[in-house]
Amino acid sequence: MNIALLLEMAADGAGDRVALGSHSGGFSYPQLLRLARNTADWLASHEGERAALLDGNSPAVPMLLFGAALAGRQFAPVSYRLPAGQLRAVIGRLAPGVLVPGMNVVLPEPLPAGLTAWRREEFLAAASQPLEGGTLSQAGPDDVAVLLFTSGTSGEPKAAVLRHRQLVSYIIGSVEFLSADPDEAALVSVPPYHIAGISAILSSVYAGRRIVQLEAFDPESWVRLVNDERVTHAMVVPTMLTRIVDYLVASGQRVTSLRHLSYGGGQMPAPTIETALGLLPHVDFVNAYGLTETSSTIAVLDPADHRKFASSEDPCERRRLGSVGRPLPSVQIEIRGPDGTPVGPGVSGEVFVRGDQVAGEYIDGSCRDGDGWFATRDAGYLDEAGYLFLHGRLDDVIVRGGENLSPAEIEDVLLAHPAVRDVAVIGLPDAEWGEQVVAVVVPADGAAADARALQDWARDRLRSSRTPSRVEFVPSLPYNETGKLLRRRLRDEFSDVS
Amino acid sequence: MQTADTTDLRPGSRWRSAVCESEVIVVRAPAAPVLLCIGGAPVLAAGSDPVAGGAPDSDLAEGTLLGKRYADEISGLQLLCTKSGAGTITVAGRRAAIMAPRKLPASD
Repeated sequence: MNIALLLEMAADGAGDRVALGSHSGGFSYPQLLRLARNTADWLASHEGERAALLDGNSPAVPMLLFGAALAGRQFAPVSYRLPAGQLRAVIGRLAPGVLVPGMNVVLPEPLPAGLTAWRREEFLAAASQPLEGGTLSQAGPDDVAVLLFTSGTSGEPKAAVLRHRQLVSYIIGSVEFLSADPDEAALVSVPPYHIAGISAILSSVYAGRRIVQLEAFDPESWVRLVNDERVTHAMVVPTMLTRIVDYLVASGQRVTSLRHLSYGGGQMPAPTIETALGLLPHVDFVNAYGLTETSSTIAVLDPADHRKFASSEDPCERRRLGSVGRPLPSVQIEIRGPDGTPVGPGVSGEVFVRGDQVAGEYIDGSCRDGDGWFATRDAGYLDEAGYLFLHGRLDDVIVRGGENLSPAEIEDVLLAHPAVRDVAVIGLPDAEWGEQVVAVVVPADGAAADARALQDWARDRLRSSRTPSRVEFVPSLPYNETGKLLRRRLRDEFSDVS
Repeated sequence: MQTADTTDLRPGSRWRSAVCESEVIVVRAPAAPVLLCIGGAPVLAAGSDPVAGGAPDSDLAEGTLLGKRYADEISGLQLLCTKSGAGTITVAGRRAAIMAPRKLPASD
C-alpha cells in the first residue's frame, strides 16, 4: 500500500487519457508515471529522507509526491508565504534531504546542514530523464508519505504525519477507480502545502480526471483557466469562493464548463453559498469537511442535499444547508461532552473521528486514543438524521453564563446586514458572564454602520444572549493565506481595550 | 511456494496469482484463517514469479478487473484488484463478489 500504486493503476487502466496539464500537450498517465520514476531516481541520488517543496502548484508537485513514494522519501510541501521567522523554523526541521524552491522564493541563509536546495526549473530539468544506478526502496504501508505543516492559527506550525496506508485508504474508500468521464478536468488552485492540494492530486489520478493547475490563486486567473481548459471540477476554500463570486458578479463572466464545485477548509459564510447557488444553477455543490490529520474529507453534504435543502420549506431541512453533511461510510464520527462520554443528537460537544484514513499524528507522536479515536478540537453536533453541524474550533466557542455560543451562527446573522462586509465574533473575558460576545465588523463600502443598529438586528434574529455586547469596527480582518480567520489575534487585540 | 494464510493477509499486503496476471492488495483482513486463490491456485507474494506454464482452472477463469473491489462476506476479506488477469478470485473455495461502486461526490 503505497500512494504510487494509484498512479501505476491509472497508467495501466487509462493509458490514453491526459493526466496533467492542457487538453492538448499535457502528460498522459504513463508519462506522469515515468516522470515520477525519474524523480525517484533523482531523489535516490541525494542523501536524506525529505523531499521538500517550497512553491506553488506546478508539475513538480505530483512528480515529487509520487517520486518520493517510489524512493521511500517523505514529501514535505511548505508554504513559501510564511513569515520569515516561521519559514526559518520550518526549514530548520526539514533536514536531511532536498528542498525544491520556486524560482522567486527567497531562502533563509544559511540552509540547515544536510538540506540541499535545487530550484524548481533545475529539478524539472534533472527529472526529465532517467538517472542510472540509483537503487530504489519503495515506501511500505506504514512509512510516512507526506509531512504537512498545519496552518498554525495559534502558535508554531505543527508537522502532521500522513502515512501511505492512511492516504491510500482514503482514496480507495472514497473514490471509484477511473469513474471520471473522459472529458472531466479538475482545477487545483489550493496550494500544495494544504491537505486538499495533496488529496486533489491523489483522487483525480485514481478517478482518471485530468488535473489542471493554477500556480497561485486569484479569481480572474481561476475563471480564465476554467474557461480556457473547459474545467468541470474544482475545490475551493471559503475566501476563494467569496472572491470568485464577487468577480463573476462584477465582470459578468460565466463558467459554463463547470459542473461540480466542492468547498471546505473553513466555515463558509451563508450569504456566499446562497449567492453562488443562484449564480451557478448548473453546478453541483459539495460541502466537504476534513482536516489535515484525517487525510482530507470525513463528511460531505452532497449536491442532492444542497438542492433539496435550499428549496425546502421545512426549517429543520433548510438548516441542514449550513451543515457539513454526513460522515463518509468509511469513517465514524462521534460527539463527546466535556466529561468525555458520547452525547445524543442535537447536543453539542467535541467532534471525534475514527477510521483507516485518520492519521491523528504529529512528528512528535500520535494523538489518537487507544481505540483509534482522534479529537478534532472542532465543536459541533449531529442532528437526528446524522447531519454534522460545526460551531468552529473548540477554543473559539464562546461560553457566556454557562451557555455555549457558536461564533459562526452570530456571524451569519450579522453578515446578512447590508452595512456589513465581513465580521468576526469572538468571546472576551467578562466579570459577570465569564465571556461576553464581541463583534468585530468590517463595514460595507460606503455604508454607515452603527453599533446599536447591528445589535438590534442581531437581537431580532437571535436569542438575546447571542447579541453582541460590544461592536468594534476595523478596516479588515486577519486571515491566514488559506482563508482561516486568525481569531486569536483579534482576541489579543481587543482584550486590551474596553 | 509461499501461500497465504491469516497472518499474511494483512491490510496493505500485495499478492499475485500463480497462474495468471492478476494482482490484488488486501483492504480488509479476514476475521479467521482463509485460503486465498486466484484461478484455482493459492496466491503468491507480489513480485514472485508465476508458476511456469500455469493457467487458471477452466471453471475459475472469469477474470479479474483492474480497480474493482472484491469481498468475501463470510471471512470479511476485502481486496482491491491492482492488475487484471484471467483467473477468478476464491476465498476458502467461495467466489469473491465484486463490490458495488461508491456513489460519493468528488470532494477535493
